[in-house]
Amino acid sequence: MNIIEILNLVHEYRELDEEGNEAEALRAVDGVSLTVEEGEFIAILGHNGSGKSTLAKHVNALLTPTEGTVYLSGMNVAEHKPIWEVRREAGMIFQNPDNQIIGTSVEEDVAFGPENMGIPTEELLKRVEVSLEKAGMAAYRLHSPNKLSGGQKQRVAIAGMLAMRPKVILMDEPTAMLDPVGRKEVLETMHELNRQEGITVVFITHYMEEVVDADRIVVMKDGKLVMNGAPREVFSRLEELEECHLTAPEVTRLAAELKKAGLDLPDGVLSVDELVNALCRLK
Amino acid sequence: MQIEVKDVCYTYTPEAEQPKFAVDHVSFSVEEGEFIALIGHTGSGKSTLIQFLDGLLKPTSGEVLFHGENVAAKGYDLKTLRQKVGLVFQYPEYQLFETTVLKDVCYGPKNMGLPKEEQEARAKEALSLVRFPEASYEKSPFDLSGGRKRRAAIAGILAMKPEVLILDEPTAGLDPEGREDILNVCRNLNDQGITVILVSHSMEDVAEYAKRILVMNQGKLIYDAPPEKVFSDWRKLEEIGLSAPEVTYVMEGLRKAGFDVRTDVFTVEKAKEEILRVFGK
Repeated sequence: MNIIEILNLVHEYRELDEEGNEAEALRAVDGVSLTVEEGEFIAILGHNGSGKSTLAKHVNALLTPTEGTVYLSGMNVAEHKPIWEVRREAGMIFQNPDNQIIGTSVEEDVAFGPENMGIPTEELLKRVEVSLEKAGMAAYRLHSPNKLSGGQKQRVAIAGMLAMRPKVILMDEPTAMLDPVGRKEVLETMHELNRQEGITVVFITHYMEEVVDADRIVVMKDGKLVMNGAPREVFSRLEELEECHLTAPEVTRLAAELKKAGLDLPDGVLSVDELVNALCRLK
Repeated sequence: MQIEVKDVCYTYTPEAEQPKFAVDHVSFSVEEGEFIALIGHTGSGKSTLIQFLDGLLKPTSGEVLFHGENVAAKGYDLKTLRQKVGLVFQYPEYQLFETTVLKDVCYGPKNMGLPKEEQEARAKEALSLVRFPEASYEKSPFDLSGGRKRRAAIAGILAMKPEVLILDEPTAGLDPEGREDILNVCRNLNDQGITVILVSHSMEDVAEYAKRILVMNQGKLIYDAPPEKVFSDWRKLEEIGLSAPEVTYVMEGLRKAGFDVRTDVFTVEKAKEEILRVFGK
């Protein structure tokens, strides 16, 4: 079943001049159609200004389309009332964890969402506990969020989202500000939630090596969707990626270089182990 | 010696009985023209440390010398220090504020009291150093792409003609091409004699560009060594929240599988050469 259906989406950011007339319109998303199945882990790649974030913000009604329609679990996102039913279905995690944390303790922060939904106390406490458990942050329940590492803060934000029981989590460069271990923590948490809870994940990033385990990668360029396929397929098309101002993970590039130099390696090698094993077979 | 950091400590709670040190007895020195990377997990003390170098923070103990002079001394000319040691903060484009790119880049020289012509000459030179297209000089900085905004912000620092350029995570949030652009700008500046200190979470970037790496862990400086030395200790790096570049793990894997390869390899180019060598190509 398709949980997200985007049909011919266009989004223009309009600028008004001093008289209030339309001066310039920037077409950030230019006729994109995309469907995401329930339970999929989908990654969106694209250069700065390619329209990735703009696209994602239509899924939970942070933006409304200039043209086209977006459906989320069958709801027409732009028209559905009340809007919080849409936002509860799909939550968004942003780049900077410090901008998303408001509680003085981890527990309080995670409770903020469901509390606003009017969940009764007993149920609320249970949800907080379970969500922290799922995000791997149960041990920090009473800590002050300020003292956590970047990766831990993002996991608190994820727990806060889980407490609202969304079906979809949209992540807009959630790892951009994290150190390598923090990046890994966040990525592993999301894969686990995807596998075990069946949560649909839409993951936006500029780090190519983070998306090799996604079910599918879509690539955006200048507002258009230009590639759409499994990681192995997308990352074998190195030249096309470069035209999109992107690249492939280091391992994939190394394998491609070795192949060019005459070693009989497959296309689209995605992991260190894969490359090592392929080289061993050549020995 | 351009910069000497001697046994500096910093605590945000000096009154506490057992104060916690954000920077804990750190010493190192920097020579003119070096390209140094500073790495460490979030909260390891990197940002605190770099703020000493241009006098934004004073160490609780220890001293920082710039060309032999203690920058925390009474009467030390901090204004000049901050021109000589340019600090580019994280997401520097958030600090853009003028109506045109050129005006924004002129802001530093203007505050230095330079005449208008000199301001513009410096701004234009700085913009060409970061390879900012001349056709966009009169554009609003807010209408630029992410990568260009950041280059404009870096030009704002360069217009003050610093001897040392410190960049805190200059590639965060940029696409791969934008990352490469910014790092190549750093390399060019370094080629022209400017000392570059790059704070980064991207091991791949650090491996490709820096000639010396400083590693911070919980306020302590635990490595001050060339990349091949630091990355060959990838186990230790993982313990402290970092990692080695992906290709280093490939070499380790090959070694384990019985190939006679070197493991102190950390760029795609070098890895390719080394693997082709053992395959006799």
